[in-house]
Amino acid sequence: MENRIKHARPHMTRNEDLIFERSSEGKSGAELPPLDVPPVAAEQVLGVELVRSEIEGFPEVSELEVVRHFTRLSTWNYGIDTGVYPLGSCTMKYNPRVNEAVSQLAGLATDHPYTPEPLSQGCLRILAETARCLLEITGLDAVSLQPAAGAQGELTGLLMIRAYLDDIGRSRKYILIPDSAHGTNPASVTIAGYQVRNLKSDRRGCVDLSALDEAMTGEVAGLMLTNPNTLGIFETDIREICDLVHSKGGLVYMDGANMNALVGVARPGDFGVDVMHLNLHKTFSTPHGGGGPGSGPVAVRKILEPYLPSPIVEPSGDGSYRLNYDRPKSIGRVRAFYGNFGMAVRALAYILAYGPAGLRQATEDAVLNANYVKARLVDLYDLPYDAPSMHECVFSDRRQVAHGVRTGDIAKRLIDYGFHPYTTSFPLIVPGAMMIEPTESASREELDAFIDALLSIAQEAQEEPDTVLKAPHTTRIGRLDEASAARKPVLRWKP
Amino acid sequence: MYPPEFLYTKDHEWIRVDESIGTIGITDHAQKELGDIVFVELPKPGDHVTAKEALGTVESVKAVSEIYSPVTGDVVAVNTKLQDSPEQLNADPHGEAWLVRVRLDDHGETESLMTAEQYQAYLNEEAGH
Amino acid sequence: MRYLPNSDGDRARMLRATGHESIDELFAQIPERLKVRGALNLPGPLSEPEILEFFRQAASQSSREYVSLLGAGAYSHFRPVVIDTLLSRGEFLTSYTPYQAEISQGNLQAMFEFQTLIAQLTGMEVANSSLYDGSTATNEAVLMALRIQSQASQGHRDRVVWARTLHPEYRQVVETYVRQQGIDLHEVPSASSGKIDLAELQSTLNDETAAVVVQSPNFFGVVEQTDRVAAIAHQAGALLIVSIAEPLSLALVKPPSDADIVCGEAQSFGVPVAFGGPYVGFLATREKFIRQMPGRLVGQAYDAQGRRGFVLTLATREQHIRREKATSNICTSQSLFALTVTIYLCLLGKKGLRMLAEHNLAKAHYALERLRTVPGVGVPFSGPHFNEFVVSVPGNAEALLAALREEKIVGGLSLERFYPELKNHLLVCVTETVSKAALGRMADVYRQIVANVPHPRSNAELQATPVGRDR
Repeated sequence: MENRIKHARPHMTRNEDLIFERSSEGKSGAELPPLDVPPVAAEQVLGVELVRSEIEGFPEVSELEVVRHFTRLSTWNYGIDTGVYPLGSCTMKYNPRVNEAVSQLAGLATDHPYTPEPLSQGCLRILAETARCLLEITGLDAVSLQPAAGAQGELTGLLMIRAYLDDIGRSRKYILIPDSAHGTNPASVTIAGYQVRNLKSDRRGCVDLSALDEAMTGEVAGLMLTNPNTLGIFETDIREICDLVHSKGGLVYMDGANMNALVGVARPGDFGVDVMHLNLHKTFSTPHGGGGPGSGPVAVRKILEPYLPSPIVEPSGDGSYRLNYDRPKSIGRVRAFYGNFGMAVRALAYILAYGPAGLRQATEDAVLNANYVKARLVDLYDLPYDAPSMHECVFSDRRQVAHGVRTGDIAKRLIDYGFHPYTTSFPLIVPGAMMIEPTESASREELDAFIDALLSIAQEAQEEPDTVLKAPHTTRIGRLDEASAARKPVLRWKP
Repeated sequence: MYPPEFLYTKDHEWIRVDESIGTIGITDHAQKELGDIVFVELPKPGDHVTAKEALGTVESVKAVSEIYSPVTGDVVAVNTKLQDSPEQLNADPHGEAWLVRVRLDDHGETESLMTAEQYQAYLNEEAGH
Repeated sequence: MRYLPNSDGDRARMLRATGHESIDELFAQIPERLKVRGALNLPGPLSEPEILEFFRQAASQSSREYVSLLGAGAYSHFRPVVIDTLLSRGEFLTSYTPYQAEISQGNLQAMFEFQTLIAQLTGMEVANSSLYDGSTATNEAVLMALRIQSQASQGHRDRVVWARTLHPEYRQVVETYVRQQGIDLHEVPSASSGKIDLAELQSTLNDETAAVVVQSPNFFGVVEQTDRVAAIAHQAGALLIVSIAEPLSLALVKPPSDADIVCGEAQSFGVPVAFGGPYVGFLATREKFIRQMPGRLVGQAYDAQGRRGFVLTLATREQHIRREKATSNICTSQSLFALTVTIYLCLLGKKGLRMLAEHNLAKAHYALERLRTVPGVGVPFSGPHFNEFVVSVPGNAEALLAALREEKIVGGLSLERFYPELKNHLLVCVTETVSKAALGRMADVYRQIVANVPHPRSNAELQATPVGRDR
C-alpha cells in the first residue's frame, strides 16, 4: 500500500492532551433552557468598567470530548477499586458505593446550609446520629463534626486545650510530640500558637515514660500522640502516659489517624485521652478522591465540651434537632457552615452497614492482615522495630540498600507488579521506611500476590538491581524529572 | 577533595577568608546529601548574619536544609546566579556556587572552625557511625 | 459481612501463618482493663435496602420540594449529569494523593487543568490545586499575606483590615486562626452603595497594615470595584486579598487582576450544596509569591524519554517536610471536587459559562424589579448586583419568610442574624434554577404580606438610610 503511515501516534488513551489543547472555537458541552425572563445587558446593570471580555484560553469542547478526556485520564490512575492499596497511615479501605448513592439523594445533596431548621430535620438528624456513633466508638463525651480534615481537627483540638488551660489560669507554652509523629502534628501546634518539643522514642519505638516524666515540665500544655503509633505499635503504657501528663497539669491529644486498629476493641476515652480527631476518610471509608475531601471530627472529654467549635447539633426536646450557637466559651469557627456534611452521611452509612459486631470484625481483619504480611516478609526485609504490630507494619530497605536499591525504588517496582506502593520514607525515625497497611479490605489471595511481588523484588534487588532502579517499566510514563520541575515550576497551561 | 585554603563547620559549610571578607558556601558532602538542589534562599546585601545561626536555606525536591553562618558580620555580596540556576550547587559547590560574602566582625571566630584535614576526618568519623 | 473479603477459613490459615493461636493474641498489647467488653451500643448491621431506606427517610425531611432563594456562600446551580458519571470512576473516587506520579497521571493532569482554569478565571498568574472551602481558603490567604509581609518589610505589619461585607462565617474562621498570633483585626463598614466605604478604608490603613480583604460580589451581593480598593491598599504598602464566594460572577465581571491573592469557594461549579459541605476552596496569586502559597501544587515535568507528565511540586513548603515550619498544616486537598469543578468548567466552556452568568444576572434582576414595585419593600444598596441582593421589608421579616414557606419557597436569609443593624433585611439569591413562575409567586406573597403591614417609612427614605455603618 502506498502512503503507509510508519509512525502513527499512540492512541489517545496513552497520550491525551490537555483539555485546552483539544479546544476549538464555538464548541460547548452544555446547553441551557431558553431564558424565561427578559435579558439584561451586563454593561448596563454592572457598568461598562466592571464587565470582562471573554475568558482567555478557556476550553471549548463538546460533551463527548469531556467524557472521553476524563475517562482516559482516569485510566492512568490506580484506585482502591483497582486493587491492593497498602499505603501505611492512609487506611485505603473499600469505599462502599451505597454510601455514594445515599449522599446524592435529593434532600441530602440539595439542602442549603441555611435552610430553616424545621425544613432540614433530615440533615440535622444525620449529623446528630453520626455524632452519637462516634462518641460511642471513642468513649468520649462530646464531638464537633466541623473540622474539614484531620489536620484541622488537630488544630481545633489544640486550640481547645489552649482555651481550657487559659481559662483555668494555667497558660503554657509547649506541646510534646514524639519523633515518630505525622508532619501535620508539629505544623498544627505552630498554628495553634504553641511551640513543639520533640520527645524521643524508646528502643521499642514507643513513648519512654521516664523521658516523658522529665519533659513534662510546668511549661508544657500537653502531649500529642498517635496510638497505635506510626510504627503500628500500640502504646501499652497509654493509661500511665495519660495519668502522668494529667498529674503535671497537662492534657493529652490523640491523633486518631490509626483508629482503624481500635474500633470496637478499645476506646481512647477509656485510655484517659482528653481530645482526639477521627479521619472519616480513613477509618470510616469516605473516599479519598485523589487527596480529598477529608473530614476530621473532634471528640472531647466533658471538661473541654464548652470550647467545641460553634454551632453544635443538639436535640431540642420535642424529638427534633436544632443548631446551638449560644456557646460563649467556644474557640469559634474553623470552617463555614457545619463541616463536610456529605462525609458524615457516608460515614454513618458505613457504621450502619457493619453494626457493632461487624466493626469489630473489620478491626480484627485489619490487624490480622498486617500481621500476616509482616510474618511473611520478615525473612527478606529488615524489621527495625520488632514489637507486635496492630494494623500496619514498618520495614526498612536496609538489606536492599547494600545493592543500591532504596525504599522508593522498591515502591516503583511494585507498580510493575500491579500494586499501589506502600508509604515510603515515613515515619522519619526509620531510615528507608516501608510502611505497609493492608486494611481489612485486602483478601488473602490478593495479599499473597502482593507478598510474592515484594519477595520477588527483594530477589531482583540482589540479582538485577537495575530492573528495580529503573522501575516502573509498564506505566504510560517513566520517572519524571522532579528536580527540573521544581527549579522552574510550570503550574499552568498557557496558549 | 576539600580545598586546603577553606575552613569548615560541622554543619557542612565552608568559608574562605581574604582580608576581612569571608566567602561562604556549602561543602561537596552537603550537596551530595541533599541531592538535586532546586532552590536557594539567601539574605540580602546589608543584612547582618550571626555565627551558628541560619543565614538561608537550600532545598532539594524532598528536603529543606538550613545554612548556618560560620561567622558573624554584614553581608556584602550574594551569589544571585543561584536564584536562576540552583543546580550549580550540585555541580561546583566549592567554586562558582559560593553563597554569600560577609565582612567579618571578629576574626577570632574562625579559630574554632575545622581545617580541610580535620573536616575530612570528621566526615570519616560520621560515616563510621 | 459483605464488605469483608476473607472467609473464616482464610482467617484461620492466615492466623496460623502469623504463629498466633487466637485473634485475641494479636491484641495482647492492649491491656485487658482498657478493652471494650461486649458490643458497642451502635445501630446496625443494615443490609443495602435498609440503608437506602434509612437515608431516603432522612432525605424526605428536607426542603427538596421547595424553591430556594438562599445563597450567602452556597449556590444551587444545575449540575450536568456527566459530572457524576465521570466522578463515579473508581480510579478517581478511590485513589489517594498522587505522591506516586507514574500511577496518578490522571489526577495530576486534571489538577494541572484545575490550576489553569482558576488562574484564567481569576486573572491571576498561578493557582493551587484546591483548599478545603471558601472560608479556610480566605484564612489561608490572610496567613499567606502575613508571611509575605513579614519576609518583605523592615517594619512590623500585623494588622489585617477587612470589609464588614466579607462573609460573616469566613471572618469567624479567620478570627479563630489569627487570635493566637497577635494579629490586629479591623473592620471597615460599607457605604450606601453596599460597597466597602473607601474613605473609611483609607483612614483605617497605616504602615502596620499587612493586608486588606474584600469579598466580591460581597455578602450583600454587591460587586466591588477591586481596582480602586487595590490602589488604596497598595499605596499603604498592604496586600489586597479578594475573596469570591460566587465564582460564576467571574464569567461576566472583570477579574480582580490588581489583587495580590484571589481566593474563595468554587462550590458553584458542579458541587452540590449538600448542607454546607464538602466544598472546594481555591487560592490564586502572582508568580512571585509561589513559595508562600499553601496547599498542593502540580507542575509539569518530563520523563527520561521526553514525555510530558505532571508531578506534585514545591512540596518543601508543606507540613510533611517542613513540619513546624510549614506554610500551613493542611494535608488533604479537595481533589475530588477540584476535579468536579474542572469537569464542570470544561463542559460549560467559554461560551456556556458566560451564558449561564447572563441568565443568573437576568433572573436576579427580574426578581429585584418585581420586588422593587411592591410598596414598602426597599432596596437599600445602590451598587451593582450579580445574582444576589438585599431587600428591606416593613414589619417582621420572619413572618414574610414563613408565608413564603407556605408557598414552598425558602425566601432567603434574614440578615439580622449576622448584622443586627439590618433588622428585617433579607438576602435573596436567584440563580438559573429558579423559574419565572416561582418568582411571580414570590412577588405575590410579598404583596400580600407587606400590604397588611403599616409601613412608617417610605421606600425612598429606606434607601437613603445608610446601613452597615454601625457596628
